[in-house]
Amino acid sequence: MSDQDTGAEREVTLHYYDGSERKALIVDTEVPYPDGKLIVSRTDPQGFITHANQAFVDMSGYSREELIGANHNILRHPDMPAVAFKGLWDTVQSGQKWQGFVKNLRKDGKYYWVKATVIPNIRQGKLVGYTSVRRKPSRSKILESEALYATLK
Amino acid sequence: MPHNFTVSPDFAPDHMSGWFYFNTWLQRKLGVDIHLELYDTFEQQRMDIRAGKVDMIYANPYDASMLVRELGFKAVVRPVSKRDEAVIVVAADSPIATVEDLGAGTRVATTADPDVDTIGMIMLEPADLDAASVQKHVYNSHVLIAKSLLNGETDVGFVLKQSYDELSDLIRGRLRVLVASQISVVHHALLVGPAMMDRFDELRDLLVAMPKDEKGVGVLESMEIRGWEPMSEEQTEFMIDLIDTLID
Repeated sequence: MSDQDTGAEREVTLHYYDGSERKALIVDTEVPYPDGKLIVSRTDPQGFITHANQAFVDMSGYSREELIGANHNILRHPDMPAVAFKGLWDTVQSGQKWQGFVKNLRKDGKYYWVKATVIPNIRQGKLVGYTSVRRKPSRSKILESEALYATLK
Repeated sequence: MPHNFTVSPDFAPDHMSGWFYFNTWLQRKLGVDIHLELYDTFEQQRMDIRAGKVDMIYANPYDASMLVRELGFKAVVRPVSKRDEAVIVVAADSPIATVEDLGAGTRVATTADPDVDTIGMIMLEPADLDAASVQKHVYNSHVLIAKSLLNGETDVGFVLKQSYDELSDLIRGRLRVLVASQISVVHHALLVGPAMMDRFDELRDLLVAMPKDEKGVGVLESMEIRGWEPMSEEQTEFMIDLIDTLID
């Protein structure tokens, strides 16, 4: 459990890269990543979700129907600095694999940390989307990331 | 010249005869000569694959990546309800209660099976362990892994879930599962190379209908496979993309 895990609740307005925004409840309570599971999702080239596995449904708190067609930034937690996602997009759009530690926002406002890997899906030389696979991070990497992201906001 | 068929060396020794029955059944159905070559090591098999000596293979998902993306193979079918999962096991009386109890220098008993080793290493990451911070001891079988744990030569072992389930009650009773993977989307597949591509449709139809074939049923039983389901190119590519995310 992190020092940030106070259980406090607040409502924030999340601003997205495309200019859109939404109000979200933020609850400072961590949901532990389940042992042995991988969260798998795929998006189209614009970042809209086209595939979600059961672990993704379970951890995000959204139904599969709510996830499919939603922008992947539905998971974006306000504690994540924009620069981290810029790095992600710059990397995958140049055709490379991106890996990093991400604090994700659940539908109920709670959060979970993941070690995420995103790769571009190339078919016959063309980009058709992205695959993102998340796995359980170590506690030390979470603490490191919390400290780093706090300086980048 | 006969076509060459091989099976990923991670098959259970008990099923070895099943693969020979399968090959005999397939040759009769397709009316072609197929030679089955089984290998003891992944290295030797990969050398022969790269040398163009393999036309059809029941491959693990890691090798499927190389076969499809580099060598022009195509997945025909995958076994029904058979996914590749791994467990990390310890001796039943081990003081280790969770993965997070492990530290640098942990002695890991593993096999050369790239599937199980990769999944096992991912499950050690929550303890900040990687290939550089563990001591790997590579064994030829899951039984030898169990033995090394019970003799105190190693701390944790990586075992294919199916192989763990097939260990005797006596051995399993002296082991404990620390963590089990629940990945669900990684599996073996039967692939054909360029030399057999002209038989692709016929092979897929034959294998999908295999459980309805009088002799086919018994062959499937001997391999402990319930049946086959077709794999689309996109399903294969999806699995390969997923594997790519797991390999650093």
